[in-house]
Amino acid sequence: MSARLRRYGLPAVLIVVAFLFPLVEGFLETDLMYPLIIITIYVMLALGLNIVIGFAGLLDLGFVAFYALGAYVVGWFASSQFQQVTFSFGSTATSLSGGELPGIHISFWVLLVVAGAFTALCGVIIGAPTLRLRGDYLAIVTLGFGEIIPRFFQNGNNLAGFNLTNGTIGIKAIDAPGIQFLPDSLDAWQEFGTLDLNPWYYTILVLVLITIYVNVQLRDSRLGRAWISVREDETAAAAMGINPVTTKLWAYALGAVFGGLAGAFYGAFIANIFPEAFSFNISILILCMVILGGMGSIYGVILGAVLLQGLNFYLLPQMNEWVHSIGGALGNEALSSVDLPRYNFFIFGIILVAMMLLRPEGLIPNRQRAEEFHDQDPGTGDSMGDTARA
Amino acid sequence: MTTGEATKTRSAALLDSVRASSWQSRLAVALVAVLLTLLAVEAVQAPGQFLSQLLIGLTNGAILALVALGYTLVYGIIELINFAHGDNFMIGSFVGLTVLSGTFAGLGLFGAITDDSGTLLKVAGVFIALFVAMAVCGLMNVGIERVAYKPLRNSPRLAVLITAIGMSFILQNVGLIWKGPAQIPFPQLISDNKVFGPGSILFRWNDLFVVGVTVPLLVALSYFIQRTRQGKAMRAVAQDKEAASMMGINVNRTISITFLLGGILAGASGVMYGLFNGITVFNVGFTQGLYAFTAAILGGIGNLTGAVVGGLLIGIIGAMADQCIGTRWTAIVIFAVLILVLVFRPRGLLGDRSAVQGGGE
Repeated sequence: MSARLRRYGLPAVLIVVAFLFPLVEGFLETDLMYPLIIITIYVMLALGLNIVIGFAGLLDLGFVAFYALGAYVVGWFASSQFQQVTFSFGSTATSLSGGELPGIHISFWVLLVVAGAFTALCGVIIGAPTLRLRGDYLAIVTLGFGEIIPRFFQNGNNLAGFNLTNGTIGIKAIDAPGIQFLPDSLDAWQEFGTLDLNPWYYTILVLVLITIYVNVQLRDSRLGRAWISVREDETAAAAMGINPVTTKLWAYALGAVFGGLAGAFYGAFIANIFPEAFSFNISILILCMVILGGMGSIYGVILGAVLLQGLNFYLLPQMNEWVHSIGGALGNEALSSVDLPRYNFFIFGIILVAMMLLRPEGLIPNRQRAEEFHDQDPGTGDSMGDTARA
Repeated sequence: MTTGEATKTRSAALLDSVRASSWQSRLAVALVAVLLTLLAVEAVQAPGQFLSQLLIGLTNGAILALVALGYTLVYGIIELINFAHGDNFMIGSFVGLTVLSGTFAGLGLFGAITDDSGTLLKVAGVFIALFVAMAVCGLMNVGIERVAYKPLRNSPRLAVLITAIGMSFILQNVGLIWKGPAQIPFPQLISDNKVFGPGSILFRWNDLFVVGVTVPLLVALSYFIQRTRQGKAMRAVAQDKEAASMMGINVNRTISITFLLGGILAGASGVMYGLFNGITVFNVGFTQGLYAFTAAILGGIGNLTGAVVGGLLIGIIGAMADQCIGTRWTAIVIFAVLILVLVFRPRGLLGDRSAVQGGGE
């Protein structure tokens, strides 16, 4: 494959396939759209985390916090959560009685921008004091934030008498996005519904393409090279005039933006969000996607996300049925009633350990990261922090 | 007059150090002072309840301290945050529960030890459960180190951390497969009747039990590290692995023994947690592990005394948060402590690695 074909041809083919997929799916009637949209959300999350882990070499164990914040921004400003106020702006939501809808209802497209900005701000607030810390301490601090934020949402139904988050029940009936000025022949696009999922799919696909574009641009930019130098040797980078904290802060905030955007889309798509959906496990699932695919490798990260969500949605339920039928044939009670999908994190744990032991650079490695991982003298180039013990 | 002068110079020195301090540390001191005042007000208003809660905090803190020691020992020697350690603790409580129930892998070895068993049987059962859990967790920790961490000894530090997270999830799912997703009750073998204490202050038998197990373990650990040859080797490896191996110390064996000690303490801690709180669940290791890690950081990671002090402090902070703010905010309070300590004083209260590494960085 020539270099030019690889640089432009392969992505073009993949994008065309992704755009044409709903047509094929509609023709075959395979019911794939819903899982596909969830998978695409995770592709976006994994690409966001890739900026933090893959490019800047910061281990973020609390990425789910930004995902949750993005979802709650949409929950707050596009539902009837705040009954006290009545405000509507470009929203698809209409009340059945024709009167004013209680709560804040703002257009999804505006909220997408708001969610991105809000999570970026949170990323800066969280990152600014903590990014001075060494790699493993930083990982634990991000884990702390990743735990605090969902727990705060869980307890936030009574903050001095104010119901901010509706507690464990969460926020219900979030408004659907829609493009209202379109002609009536495109009514699926006027207000995204649950019957025709194509508008949702194309929206998240465009968001993912934006994420990929930003990933590529960042990787080849001045900032991208600064990330490489900081992750390989922070002291040397600082000596060359790169401010390590600012550089890391950019990575952290940009990753947060994509986490927030994915969360905002997820909130609108699922329409009911609750704190349980944003547990530590999600952070690890996304981490596992990045590591399986290959840190810093865009193709790799997309592959990792598709593989792991495919495992969640298809392979495990399928295997579960096989095991059940085997159990039924053998008359084995334990086998026929086992619930394999519940143990998916067993597999993710094994993937994390196995990848680190056997192929730390991932399935489709980024060449530079691969060399960093196989550096015989890790004292000189210390990707992801210096060696365990020099 | 001399005493007056001495106090004057001392106060001048204090003033100087206040002047030299950063605004962050002044803020921290002010914050701690406010919190202590609030607690003092609470203590004056309801002294009995306050002291009882303090005792519960100390007991929970002693359980946490044993887990925190496991983090600190491993960190002191290979600078790894052993993320799977909390789940080791969970496995410890499961092993203890299995021993007490008298069945293993479907075999009924002896009758289950329950609340109605005789005192002698209860005591024997608790000690057998403790020993089995300590042995299983110790060996398992050594096994995990051999399989998952040892091959990565020259890899980037975060690669090992990611492996440890993977191990944590593997262990958690082993627990999930073993005992299912629901909370499992422990038999109440140790009475929560009052041993002594005036008025409404409760010092219960199960408090006594935890203290009675923890203190000998701590003394034994301290003796092992300070007085024995192997302990000396551990301190040497923690200071400088290369130099230690040149002196003829078997570094791999020393690291294995460190993991063994950590596992033993986690096993004992797991059984005590189950007996004390009456309940265990497959993901208890995650929160308790993080609490214990917070304790290790608060005391100064790598510092053995620090881990114990940190454990007791976190236990008390948790109990006070339960009492004053509400149980559902406790986790948030402790994680906030974790973040604040890491951001403002990453070396902890007593400084890092001073005990294991003989001071110095």
